[in-house]
Amino acid sequence: MSLKHVKAIVKKELSGYFGSPVAYVFIVIFLLLSGFFTFSVSRFYEMGQADLRAFFEWLPWIFLFLVPAVAMRLWAEERRIGTLELLLTLPVSITELILGKFLAAWLFICFALALTFPLVITVTYLGDPDMGPIFCGYLGGVLLAAALLSVGSMTSSLTRNQVISFILSVVICLFFTLAGWPPVTEAISAWAPAWLVDLVAGFSFVTHFQDLQRGIIDLRDLVYFASVVFFMLFSTAVVLDNRRSL
Amino acid sequence: MIEVKGLTKYFGPVTAVNDISFVVDKGEILGFLGPNGAGKSTTMRMITGYLTPSEGTALIGGKDIVSRGLEARQSIGYLPENAPVYPDMTVLGFLNFCAEIRGFSGKDKHHRVEEIIERCFLSEVRQQSIDTLSKGFKQRVCFAQAILHDPPYLIMDEPTDGLDPNQKHEVRTMILEMAKEKAMIISTHILEEVEAVCTRAIIIAEGRIVADDTPKNLKGMSRLHNTLSLDLEAKEGVDFQKELSTFSWIREVEALGARGGDEAVLRLRIRTGNPPWDPERELWRFCCQKGWTVVSLFREEGRLDEVFRMITAPDRGN
Repeated sequence: MSLKHVKAIVKKELSGYFGSPVAYVFIVIFLLLSGFFTFSVSRFYEMGQADLRAFFEWLPWIFLFLVPAVAMRLWAEERRIGTLELLLTLPVSITELILGKFLAAWLFICFALALTFPLVITVTYLGDPDMGPIFCGYLGGVLLAAALLSVGSMTSSLTRNQVISFILSVVICLFFTLAGWPPVTEAISAWAPAWLVDLVAGFSFVTHFQDLQRGIIDLRDLVYFASVVFFMLFSTAVVLDNRRSL
Repeated sequence: MIEVKGLTKYFGPVTAVNDISFVVDKGEILGFLGPNGAGKSTTMRMITGYLTPSEGTALIGGKDIVSRGLEARQSIGYLPENAPVYPDMTVLGFLNFCAEIRGFSGKDKHHRVEEIIERCFLSEVRQQSIDTLSKGFKQRVCFAQAILHDPPYLIMDEPTDGLDPNQKHEVRTMILEMAKEKAMIISTHILEEVEAVCTRAIIIAEGRIVADDTPKNLKGMSRLHNTLSLDLEAKEGVDFQKELSTFSWIREVEALGARGGDEAVLRLRIRTGNPPWDPERELWRFCCQKGWTVVSLFREEGRLDEVFRMITAPDRGN
């Protein structure tokens, strides 16, 4: 694998994001939504607490819809306009392509996430927050984005239709999110044994994201996110390879 | 050298490409002909590594496209059908990306890209985003991408599709300029293009090779090949057909009726058996002796489109 190739692909992808309205629409909507939920719905000011819990609690739900919207074009668009043929006949490996595209989208979302820095400034101005959980919360957000993106990359490789890719990936991500959401785990625990509840919750993005959000960096959570990303990107490679030898 | 060995592709129950083999040497331009859906694009996609063959393989400069795909692809330049390019990128950005992927960097990359922009007449649109370009420019951008790294093997799927006659001429000139040091495969269904640029032509139909020869020899397969076309001014009471049939080397004289709506001129097609060294001259002298006015006389080379139809759709005949 050549880093030069990956770098070239990342550059090309990013120039594609910022060369079209996608990037700007995404960033504006993301910032508007996160601001709205943090300040208006969760009543950030009224709570009177110097932390970003209100923001991080909403983050998985905002990401649930916005990240698949970024990921849906990864492969479906290339297939639709025919440039996939160009890409796959260049002397690059599928691994380089998948990594390059994934990294570019990830960097882009991290950039959008970084633009929420006024929140951090606000809490440090208003109070004396514990920076640990805030840092971990952002780390969690970055990992969560990676996991959602990898799911989106897989669904995008399945089809030339971006809408189908989007819906599929939202549904899969919704499952991963809901599995650990308290109302759902409570409903399951009413009839299922505890180990099953834990197993289902263990698959959830939210469970692992919450640990980080509380300021705990647990190796298990990191391994979880890494394995989701690895598995989904590997599936992407399998799908793309299968399409070739259809 | 491009060696294609028994390439076969199944799409479900359909056999799109059926056991195709051929060799293209340096300096050759192979024309790939066939009706739509005959398997031209599928074959090219397999040779360039976009699709994996169901059976068989292709060697690009000795490198197997299936087992050593990455190395094989390094020496190929490929212009896919419909010339896909990224609409959101600028011409310069796109070509820089391709140059980086092809392993150029720094000054070297800069020179390459500048040179190719000059060569493909893209200077005026270099900073423009690709979706604002006309079809001809898009085609040239994709063409530029294919020859950027000066590949020894060039594979082009309908390189002049959708271009106006001037642009077609430009692309053909560029192809001919590069012909000496490259092995090329060009698919097309424009037959004049095959005559203009190709040193050899392969006709495929229903996934099989049905003819493989030089364009000249292919034309020789035409029923019209070596027939004489004779236009005479009509003359009251003279049966040209009967009089001409007296020659021993004329096998058949067919009257095609008035020429192009001009009632005064009759067109005859003469099929020869074993003609003398110079049948035109002999025919001309004969007509002069008889006092007939010859409007035109020429020997048909045969038409590629007729051969094409004959080979690819034999039931529909003519």
